Amino acid sequence: MSIASPANHGSAWRERSIVPGFGISFGIIVTALSLIVLIPLAALVLKAASAGPADIWALASSPRVLGALRLSFGAALLAAFVNLVFGVLIAWVLVRYEFPGKRFIDAAVDLPFALPTAVAGIALAAIYAPNGWIGSLLAPLGIKIGYTPAGVLMALIFIGLPFVVRTVQPVLAEMEAELEEAAALLGASRWRTVWSVIVPPVLPAAMTGFVLAFARAVGEYGSVIFIAGNVPMVSEIAPLLIVIRLEQFDYAGAAVIGVLMLVLSFIIILALNLFQGALRRRLGHV
Amino acid sequence: MSVLLQIDNAARQFGSFAALKGVSLAIEPGELVALLGPSGSGKTTLLRLIAGLDFLDGGRIAFDGVDGNALSLRDRRIGMVFQSYALFRHLTVRDNVAFGLRARPRQERPPSAEIDRRVRDLLALVQLDGLEGRFPSELSGGQRQRVALARALAIEPRVLLLDEPFGALDAKVRKDLRAWLRDLHSRTGHTTVFVTHDQDEALELADRVAILHQGRLEQVGTPDAIYDHPATPFVCSFLGETNRLPVEVQGGQAWLDDQPVYAASTTNVIGPADLYVRPQHLKLDRPDVSPLAGVVEFVRRHGAIRRAEVAIRGLSKRLDVDIGGEIAPSHGERVGLRIQKAHLFAAA
Repeated sequence: MSIASPANHGSAWRERSIVPGFGISFGIIVTALSLIVLIPLAALVLKAASAGPADIWALASSPRVLGALRLSFGAALLAAFVNLVFGVLIAWVLVRYEFPGKRFIDAAVDLPFALPTAVAGIALAAIYAPNGWIGSLLAPLGIKIGYTPAGVLMALIFIGLPFVVRTVQPVLAEMEAELEEAAALLGASRWRTVWSVIVPPVLPAAMTGFVLAFARAVGEYGSVIFIAGNVPMVSEIAPLLIVIRLEQFDYAGAAVIGVLMLVLSFIIILALNLFQGALRRRLGHV
Repeated sequence: MSVLLQIDNAARQFGSFAALKGVSLAIEPGELVALLGPSGSGKTTLLRLIAGLDFLDGGRIAFDGVDGNALSLRDRRIGMVFQSYALFRHLTVRDNVAFGLRARPRQERPPSAEIDRRVRDLLALVQLDGLEGRFPSELSGGQRQRVALARALAIEPRVLLLDEPFGALDAKVRKDLRAWLRDLHSRTGHTTVFVTHDQDEALELADRVAILHQGRLEQVGTPDAIYDHPATPFVCSFLGETNRLPVEVQGGQAWLDDQPVYAASTTNVIGPADLYVRPQHLKLDRPDVSPLAGVVEFVRRHGAIRRAEVAIRGLSKRLDVDIGGEIAPSHGERVGLRIQKAHLFAAA
């Protein structure tokens, strides 16, 4: 057998590689991605398009829909930010310190993943409602959490908590304690050590956790509706609006709101990912 | 004789394990001192105590007469090169080296043009000019180590501490760096303490070698002093290969099986003792006139020399004998051995 000339190998858009299996793995992922993600989303867009431009615009510009989108995305971003700060702190404590009950807390971090979201929502509502354990203590002070946008935020923080912890934890665990010792011996203050030695390597992982927590929070439904109170224009989230449309058999209307959420999410997540990519390059090889 | 670093009775306990059991050592300005010992001997513990990264359970460490406990890490002015180098991976070589200067409080911080100049000078000193913009992941092991060294030197340290400076490098780079470090030390004169488990490294590099064993200081001295006059059996066997002969000392003679094998006139050891002989101090002799005779069982090449293993009757271990220029005995040949030089210690 003669050895084929290099020109016969591969097409112009893929490099030759000694790692085999590009063709079959590419085929599998395109099929899987189509069946699971692309085709359902395309169907969603098609359904939304069936509503007609006038209806779409009327829906998209209605104050109730805009209010719900604003709450959903605003609360999701805020919740992701809160989770970013607390997630890094929790990961830090879990990696750096030994204390009784550490394993218990480590396991408890994952509970928001495991719990059915409705259970979480009912539990939060029971505690933070004006007649709940904590809610009843806050009520005399004029602070209301249950059945307000603050309740929505609370639920979104709850369900997004594990993401940042779990993305940051391995990075922190891998970071040698010697880096901090080196910084201290070089004369860096504690604050400077944290800020210029510990934070930069953790940042890309923390951003990944932030994006995941945000994405999860935007689409969250089950836990929110029990504590939100669902007052239109005040504490009504966009996913709830979709369910309401569905219950009224207005499938096109539901699809339009769905597409709006899809587009907004895609733009925000793309922007965050681009930012994260730039961050990684700037911080160089971490 | 001034003392820069005074260690008095330093002790450190980890749980039930005593890592250091009262070590005292005085280091003078400009000295290059090696802390030598096997793993678990406490040498890295001692280095971390000097750096202030760990706390003494007993004793005292003073810098220029000031108790280390009274000094913050910054005021100790310790330049430390970690075994893992501990470079900041997200910073370039330039920013790594400049870290200590930029971390100074505002009123002590040099202007940024001055920092740039000092960084350039240091990188030239460690022969890394042109690599300022690289990240640590883009450097070889030897280059990383020199970045770590430049970073430590940038703060103008009172003492430079090196933890296993050549541990992670391959043999060729180790040799080159050793000579280079020796040269750098003679040019810059930084007081330096380095930890190693490699005897050759310690003997070749250091002005003085401190040998640690099981948390105690066994001996301190110049390389020649400790090699030629080991104070303990441990030092003797740790510094190089040795043959151990169980002997009986009587009347200024060391006896092995009723044969006088070594004239021990200068020792005050009497009775059962161990005679430590290095392979190069055993010379081949005629078997009929020699008190120590045996049969050659192996002859192997050992770098520049050849080494014969000679089985002696009554000894469980064969003796290693270095053979220089003379014709090597053949396998199974009967040879006599003459001990030129040996160290005698009372049997434990």
